Amino acid sequence: MRKLDLMLRDQALLGVALVSTLALIGASTWLVIDLLVTAWPRLGWHLLWQAPARAGRAGGLSSILVATGAIVAIGLLLAAPLGIAAAVALSEARSRWADVVRTSLDLLAGAPSIVLGLVGLLLFGDLLGLGYSLATGGLTLALMVLPLVIRFAEVGIRSAPAEQRAAAAALALSRWTTLRRIVLPAALPSLAAAITLSIGRALAETAALVFTAGGSDRMPTSWADPGRTLAVHIYDVALNVAGGDASAAAAAVVLLAILLVVQVALIVCLRCGRSR
Amino acid sequence: MTVLRAGATCAGASGTCAELRLEGLGLAYGARWAFRGVDLIVPACRISVLVGPSGCGKSSLLSTLNRLDELQDARCEGRVLLGKQDIRAEPDPVLVRRRIGMIFQRPTPFPLSVRANIEVPLCEHGVRPAHAREERIETTLRAVGLWDEVRDRLDAPAQQLSGGQQQRLCLARALALQPEVLLLDEPCSALDLRAAGHIEDLILSLRGFYTIVLVTHDLAQARRVADRLALLWPGADGGRLVGVGGADLGLAEPLPDASATAYLRGERVAVAGLARTAMKSGV
Repeated sequence: MRKLDLMLRDQALLGVALVSTLALIGASTWLVIDLLVTAWPRLGWHLLWQAPARAGRAGGLSSILVATGAIVAIGLLLAAPLGIAAAVALSEARSRWADVVRTSLDLLAGAPSIVLGLVGLLLFGDLLGLGYSLATGGLTLALMVLPLVIRFAEVGIRSAPAEQRAAAAALALSRWTTLRRIVLPAALPSLAAAITLSIGRALAETAALVFTAGGSDRMPTSWADPGRTLAVHIYDVALNVAGGDASAAAAAVVLLAILLVVQVALIVCLRCGRSR
Repeated sequence: MTVLRAGATCAGASGTCAELRLEGLGLAYGARWAFRGVDLIVPACRISVLVGPSGCGKSSLLSTLNRLDELQDARCEGRVLLGKQDIRAEPDPVLVRRRIGMIFQRPTPFPLSVRANIEVPLCEHGVRPAHAREERIETTLRAVGLWDEVRDRLDAPAQQLSGGQQQRLCLARALALQPEVLLLDEPCSALDLRAAGHIEDLILSLRGFYTIVLVTHDLAQARRVADRLALLWPGADGGRLVGVGGADLGLAEPLPDASATAYLRGERVAVAGLARTAMKSGV
């Protein structure tokens, strides 16, 4: 009798797990199909190289893709090296201050992006005089993803086994060699995850960028020009442009495709890195 | 065996391989002493084996000899003389660790290729040019009997090797730096019998070329390889050295401590004070 109960319970658990998995897959599939159907009339390769026309109702996304790429690149080129360096410092530090820094980072990570947008506007836009520009947007994004990069990188750096660190010390390897040849390679998967997540957050960010990068859909010609990212464009076209639904959906499809490419590229990179 | 260094004598980087002299050595984690008051002479070019029940501070003692204890929050007292130099007083631990190699209980290959595992330390310590490093890599891999097994996959990840092969690679890596002293921290205990036998043979083949300190809890192995045997015994105030002698320590003449004698004779023994001192070094 008891055995039967246990079996039933196992089956029930399995059922619940199966149903929730299917629900999750179903929901995202439905989302993608819905997007594709709505976007269908506007989909095509012209999205990649034509400039937007009639407030986004027609034309492509060229200027928006360029602005997105530039802002994400500025943000990551700043956040990745700074974040990894900070993570190394944190993981090596034995002082109480490290905990203070970690707590502040968690606070920063939890800050609503609209607040970070205002901070970015004041700090980089006003104080540094960068105004509404790709640079201000990129710097604000860096500020936003920095805590994420630091925490993930630190987890990765700590994942190098203590035994290997001891072995490295016993071979009289310097801290720098130990870090470069043993610790960082072990941290690579975490670092890659941190970068992917950061790109994801950066691509999806709207609130912080409306304030800092501006909303102009013209082609930016320098880092001091304002620019509109994909997410901001989707938000604007969906909300402010009558008859913009198909265009917004098309831009969303492009955004999803970019995220997919980024993910796959990182997985491939990691595979290559590991087999080397 | 392959002679690892020029000349039949035990000639290290700084001339001859020296004896180690431990004077009043002790190590504490916080308020707890892992071991204390250890005076011991480790003769040059011989195999000295340190035995004792787990938790008596054997591994901790070994870690003070190349100052690995400094990676943790530990407090060390006493002196360790390598030849005439007090290595605990040397400002730069890197200089100490270059002269004193170490092998750990679990094999610790780096997540690099077989070749890079040896080459990275060689590069770090200025072995140039590249062909000199290649030569050193081959010599040491031959010395540990690994060359024929890995010559075709020098660029494969070291972590794909078997446990015994990994441990021999770690030994080769340590030998490549041409140390004067080798510290072996239970190098066979994580390996199967055959691989363990292989490592034991290797240790014996190194006799006469290096000053070796082997820590083990395998008494039979200790008696097989030891030129000198020392017993570290747990006490209320950390482990203490209760007997030093030849490989037959405690067999013919009993030690003052009856349970220590029983331990050395392979009898079952209740170890007092172990609960309080049973703190692994964790290195």
